Formats: sequence, C-alpha cells, structure tokens
Amino acid sequence: SITGACGAIQKLTRVRVVDNSALGNTPYHRPPKCIHVYNKTGVGKVGDKILLAIKGEKKKALIVGHKMPGPTMTPRFDSNNVVLIEDNGNPIGTRIKTPIPSTLRRREGEFSKVLAIARNFV
Amino acid sequence: RVSSDGKPPKFQPPPKPVIIDRKTQKEEKRFLSPEFIPPRGRTDPLKYYIERKDMIQRRKVFNIPEFYVGHVLAVTTADPCASEKSKRFVGICIQRGGKGLGATFVLRNVIEDQGVEICYELYSPRIQAIEVLKLEKRLDENLMYLRDALPEYSTFDVNMKPVPRMAHEEIPVNKLQVRMKPKPWSKRWERPKYNIKGIKFELPEHKMKAAQKWSQPWLEFDMLREYDTSKIEEKIRKELSEELEK
Repeated sequence: SITGACGAIQKLTRVRVVDNSALGNTPYHRPPKCIHVYNKTGVGKVGDKILLAIKGEKKKALIVGHKMPGPTMTPRFDSNNVVLIEDNGNPIGTRIKTPIPSTLRRREGEFSKVLAIARNFV
Repeated sequence: RVSSDGKPPKFQPPPKPVIIDRKTQKEEKRFLSPEFIPPRGRTDPLKYYIERKDMIQRRKVFNIPEFYVGHVLAVTTADPCASEKSKRFVGICIQRGGKGLGATFVLRNVIEDQGVEICYELYSPRIQAIEVLKLEKRLDENLMYLRDALPEYSTFDVNMKPVPRMAHEEIPVNKLQVRMKPKPWSKRWERPKYNIKGIKFELPEHKMKAAQKWSQPWLEFDMLREYDTSKIEEKIRKELSEELEK
C-alpha cells in the first residue's frame, strides 16, 4: 500500500494536482509522478518548477506545498501539492481551491497568473 | 426548646459564614510558561538569565496569553506580501517546543480539505496578536497524532468566536478519544513510547499486546533521568513577578 513520504519533492514522488484542470482531475490508473526537478539540487521546494508524468504525457508544474517542514512561519501541508503549468508559465486550470503559501507572492513576476487564479492564501 | 419563664428563648445569632479565600490559595500555583525552564545541561546559567530578561522585555510590550496544547488559537502575523500586510491563522495547538527565545508552537487546521500546520515562534517580532479562542486541555501533551486522525478532529472554523472563560482558574480537560484513519500511520502511536491516551484504538487485541513488547517499564525508575524543576521554577517565578511589576 501507499506509505506517506516525509520529504520535499524529488524524482518519482507522487504529487497531488490541486487546480481544476481536466488533466489533473480525470482519474487514471497511475498517480501523477515527478520525473525531473528544474533545480541545481534535485530537491524541489515551494515555488520550484518540476516535470510531471500524467496520463502518459509530460507536463510542467509548479510546487505549491509539500509535506516537509520548512522555515518557521511557513505553512506545512499534509500532501505534496502541485499546479499544472505551460512552458511559458501560464496555468492550465482556472481555479485553485486549496490554500497557497503567501511566500509565493514575493515572486509575483514569475507566478502572477498562478496567484491570480488562487483563492485562499495561508 | 423549653422556654424559661414563658418568654421566647434567648436570641442566638446565626453562625458566622466561613469564607474560604480561594484566590490567595490558587495564586501560589500560577502558570509558568514551559520555555522559561532551562533544559538540563552544562551551559552557563548566565545565558538563560540573559535570555529570560529579553523574554520578559518582549512580554511587557506584547501580551502572550497562557495557553496549553489543545487550545484553539488565532494568530495574526505581519506579512509584507499579503493584502493588508497581516495574515490571520486559526488552529489547534498540537505541540509546544523549544526553550528560551526560540520557543515555538505548532497550530494545525484543515482548510478546504487540506491539512495545514504552521510552526510559529512565540517571541518573533512578526507576530502582532495571539488570541485564545477556546480553552481546553487534552489528555496528551503532544497532539501529533491528529495528522493520522480523521480530518473532522482538526477542522476549526476560521471565524470562530472566542468562547468566554467561565470561572477564573479552571481549565477544562477534554477527554475526547479520537478516531483514526486506517493503519499506515506516520508513527506507530499504539506503542507505549508515545504513551497516548487520547486515541480510541480500534486495533485487534493481539496487535495491542504485540505493541507492548516495546515498553520500557524501567524508564520511570531511572534516577539519572530525573530532572526536578520545582526549585528552579520557584526562582524563575520570583524573578518574573519582580520584573513584571516594574
């Protein structure tokens, strides 16, 4: 059965897609998995881009929350959350219901469109 | 009674009521925040003295209320990137850790089916207000098992009104037994090492007995592990009361 991982996001971690895109929400017999992290270290934290394998396709995504405890005053989520994204940074979905850490607001330049569709900030 | 000379019996005043002044009795047991008590070790007590002075300075400026694990708190922090520059988070305190100025507490809440935990530092200048919404102690001092419990036990309404405290000096203990999600848990909470009383274990008997294999009954008699804090606590209480009166 599935064991709960307690680390940030790296290759082969199963992630949970939180936006309301069709790719993220249609059921498939394999969960979406990370296959590459666009980072010098292979470990992805909040605000890093990763490559996801969903439904036999490769898609880029943005990490919006992980199970690993981060710096104090930042939220720690109970699941590794991810938002599907295009190559130029446009999100595929239209709404994000789950709470998003407000530390992403600091990087408004890169993630302005993702922050625009987010509803709650923690 | 037989009356003498046919006159009514002599007036006897009613017995004086005995007033038990509870306030003076209870003041001796005043709450001392656990981060004031220095940990066991070989560091110079001067370091803890200086830290305590800084902690008292901060407490004079900003009121840190008395709270235990299991209370529901609302914390407003200053955040440059949030709208209106401040952020409010409501949650149940599941753990209090750290000593001195680095004392932290973790608040947990479930928002939109997503469990969120934030570790706040008590003495951080970013915190603008701490309000206690619900006063309630639980059976354990560490509620980390709420992560593996059903999400209904960690959900608290963000716009909850503060429950007024009834009689001063009595914090109710909630003897709630929490129901858990099915088994792979983040930690094996049934083991005696965690000594958890607040879970309703629905595991079969042979599993509970097998968990007792890891019990260490000699630990409570180990004299080298004893750390008697009563005298240290008295000294610190005196210090605190002197400083706060100034």
